[in-house]
Amino acid sequence: MENKQRKGSRKTFYLKMVSGSLIRRASRLIIAVLAIAIGATILSGLVTIYYDIPEQLGREFRSYGANLIVLPRGEAKITRDSLKSLENLIGANKIVGMAPYRYQTVKINEQPYIIAGTDLAQAQKNSPFWYIEGKWGDSSDINAVMVGHEIAQTLNLKLGDTFMIQGVKYGEQAEASGQNLSAIENQKRDTARQNFHKNLKVCGIVSTGGAEEGFIFVDVDMLDDLIGDTFRADVIECSVVADANELSLISNKIEKEIPALQPRAVRRLTQSQDIVLGKLQALVLLVTVIVLIITMISVYTTMMAMVAERKREIALKKALGAENKLVMSELLGEGVLLGVIGGAVGVFLGFEFALRVSLNVFGRGINFQWILIPITIAVFVAITVAASIIPVRKVMDIHPAIVLKGE
Amino acid sequence: MSDKILELKNVSKIYGSLKALADINLSVNAGDWLSIMGPSGSGKTTMINIIGCMDTPSLGNVILDGVDISKENAANLTRIRRNKIGLIFQQFHLISYLTAVENVMVAQYYHSMPDEEEAMEALAKVGLQDRAHHLPAQLSGGEQQRVCIARALINSPQILLGDEPTGNLDEENEAIVVDIFRRLHDEGVTIIIVTHDPEVGDVAQRKIILEHGKIVNDIDQSATFGEALKLRN
Repeated sequence: MENKQRKGSRKTFYLKMVSGSLIRRASRLIIAVLAIAIGATILSGLVTIYYDIPEQLGREFRSYGANLIVLPRGEAKITRDSLKSLENLIGANKIVGMAPYRYQTVKINEQPYIIAGTDLAQAQKNSPFWYIEGKWGDSSDINAVMVGHEIAQTLNLKLGDTFMIQGVKYGEQAEASGQNLSAIENQKRDTARQNFHKNLKVCGIVSTGGAEEGFIFVDVDMLDDLIGDTFRADVIECSVVADANELSLISNKIEKEIPALQPRAVRRLTQSQDIVLGKLQALVLLVTVIVLIITMISVYTTMMAMVAERKREIALKKALGAENKLVMSELLGEGVLLGVIGGAVGVFLGFEFALRVSLNVFGRGINFQWILIPITIAVFVAITVAASIIPVRKVMDIHPAIVLKGE
Repeated sequence: MSDKILELKNVSKIYGSLKALADINLSVNAGDWLSIMGPSGSGKTTMINIIGCMDTPSLGNVILDGVDISKENAANLTRIRRNKIGLIFQQFHLISYLTAVENVMVAQYYHSMPDEEEAMEALAKVGLQDRAHHLPAQLSGGEQQRVCIARALINSPQILLGDEPTGNLDEENEAIVVDIFRRLHDEGVTIIIVTHDPEVGDVAQRKIILEHGKIVNDIDQSATFGEALKLRN
């Protein structure tokens, strides 16, 4: 019991010496703490950015359109149940946009055109890069639709213009106009039970430079009502926050768990995303390693100076009977404490640094990673100890008789 | 008391062509108070470094408490020094970031276990219990030297070794330190002191004079020992 207490008092005195040296010599050690804190700030900041880049840039990449296309397997169409299952499987937190598309041929002025029924709000999230003259359509005004630039030119449509679409309802047969019938009889056929017709108003003209310019975009529910059918999508375009590997995993899961669906990752996008992310992460990693090396050099020179400055104190301790390893353990203890203080300060400054970078570069905030506290402190304790080994070994060369007489 | 605590037999220390100590023979009994005097370069410091286990002789033997330490390696000398020698320095050499009592406890820490109560007692012995929690920078030179003495005494060494212990003190503080030595001597502590100061040298029981690494005079001051102290006081 007494022995235990005595051991405790040795430890207590060791801590008292180590902390006393740091606290009472604070002004001399501020440079060392500063060097470590700056290193830790940059390290924890860069590590935060390193792990946040995929998330941040992943969302940036989502501005370039859907990265996962889901088709029905075989001849069947995609039901609302399948859509719901797909949404649950991918997870709402990963989905930027999920727009089902139903394509229907309609006639305008007796010419065939393709109308695409979709969830316009989701389509907007998927394709923020579309240039819309006017505004995006929405479910509040189902007769206001967007037309592709090509169609607008062909039909000479401008914003606010109305036009009529006609077509055959789902599951019905078209009845051809008879050449020997009068115009009135033919019109009766067109407006018969199996056909539909509706006046729509142009609220936006879509320019993408792609195939979208040849479509009319309407609310999918309105289209379903118009053609007299329930929800049946031809394709679902998904914008998912995920890299190529994650997308591949998601695709496999979809194939396994929702057999009615056939997922296709848009390789062009996912691969570019992965290449850019990989290069950025490598750059951040390189800078981090360089910062670590610079910090190590800085701690090394500081510890060298500290040992030189405290030569007399070290000589005295040796003269009092301290073994080399005991004196070295005290100096290393100070190094560990410096690493802890510098690392702890650096974690919080590093988060502030990463937050500012993220806000300025990506326009989004980041979450504080609590795990970074022990990791950064552990890394900087290790760096400080490693950088202190050579300076601390100088203790062995200090000869008390020579140093203590050297006045 | 007549037990030999220290014996130097034909001890020489040679640096290249320079003989810092030349064939020294010296015996010190337990409880003796010996002063070593001599001009600069006479070998005083070399001798005290060898006695204090901070150096080894080139030739000869040093018997400390019955053990020949002349061929010991550095690690063993450190252990012997820790257990048998108490060192007092001219420049005090206190650790700047530790208080007076912590400076005393440092010696305990390297020896065995730090014990604040004992350290306070040692400070009380040198009249510094009220200054125990002051940093060295807050103490006068005389007070710092008394802390140094308390530190040297804390592990009950067999020899108290002082290298110019009053060299940096004014007269008043010199008298205080000499008085402490007198009390320690009364308690049976063996004291060996290197000094330039004839007054400090004269208060010892025995005085040896070194010149060019040789003992040129070995004076027994037992007869005037008490008188010299009375005169100082």
